[in-house]
Amino acid sequence: MKNKKLFLFLILFLLPKIVYAMHIGEGLLPPFWAALYYVLMFPFVIKGAIEIKGAKEKEIKMLIALSGAFIFLLSALKLPSVTGSCSHPTGTGLAAILFGPFVTAFLSMIVLIFQALLLAHGGITTLGANTFSMGVVGPFIAFFTYKLLKNKNRNLAVFLAAFLGDFTTYIITSVQLALAFNKAGFLSSFIKFISIFAVTQIPLAVMEGILTVVIYEYITKNASEELKILEVK
Amino acid sequence: MNRKNVFLLSLCAFLVVISLFVGSRGGEFGGADDLIEERIVEIDENYKPWFNSVWEPPSGEIESLLFALQAGLGAYFIGYYVGRKKNVKECGYVFKK
Repeated sequence: MKNKKLFLFLILFLLPKIVYAMHIGEGLLPPFWAALYYVLMFPFVIKGAIEIKGAKEKEIKMLIALSGAFIFLLSALKLPSVTGSCSHPTGTGLAAILFGPFVTAFLSMIVLIFQALLLAHGGITTLGANTFSMGVVGPFIAFFTYKLLKNKNRNLAVFLAAFLGDFTTYIITSVQLALAFNKAGFLSSFIKFISIFAVTQIPLAVMEGILTVVIYEYITKNASEELKILEVK
Repeated sequence: MNRKNVFLLSLCAFLVVISLFVGSRGGEFGGADDLIEERIVEIDENYKPWFNSVWEPPSGEIESLLFALQAGLGAYFIGYYVGRKKNVKECGYVFKK
């Protein structure tokens, strides 16, 4: 009974405080680095846009929209973590598994633009860096993890792909920050930044893995024709 | 919704609750990105962000409105997709290329 009250107390008083999260904020990366990541991520986004335009079948387009919606939903959920700070999943694992990293880069950039313009979350100057970590490197890891493990155990492959894709995104974010700010050496800066995310992100990455397994299983059951087409590609 | 999914989704909810309990000892559930700025200042105290957000939500309420909108749009489409597929199944519509 006492615990129940404590729980309600926590819900009432802590939830309304959960109002932030964690891409690299506007203006935080020096201009050189901000520009560099724009250049690095751009080819991936362009290739993704071309691939999406090239999708002819209506059902495939629907599936692309579904993975986009999944990213929209998951990256809006700022969840409490065991460290006492909040962060959000990326949701990019599903798109990476189904369509590969290029389409995912494009979808991620759309979500990041929405958040940068309307929510002051992330930023336009750091859009390149955030797209690079969330839309390029994370999905690449997810994509290859799935490819590597899918014949052994499909559910485990999906889970690990989403988990590692999420986690890698934040490792890259820390690398990006440490490259830009390293007066006392790259490694000590990197440890400073990764310590913000590492533990915080683990339970969230587990959740993302589980949710991706659930939706992926739905897709294999209800969209098997589409999956056949995608595997041919 | 089969039993396995019910179990998996409950597991997610359980993880959130556990995180909330464990985390409430360690902090105030602020955002990890606020910490980024703190760490940058620790490393280079002269660094000032060189660009400000074009527009910021005027209050936490407006911000949560927009985040809810983002989640709502995503969930809307997922629901639409699931309903559409179910309809296809029940009405015997055949997949067309």
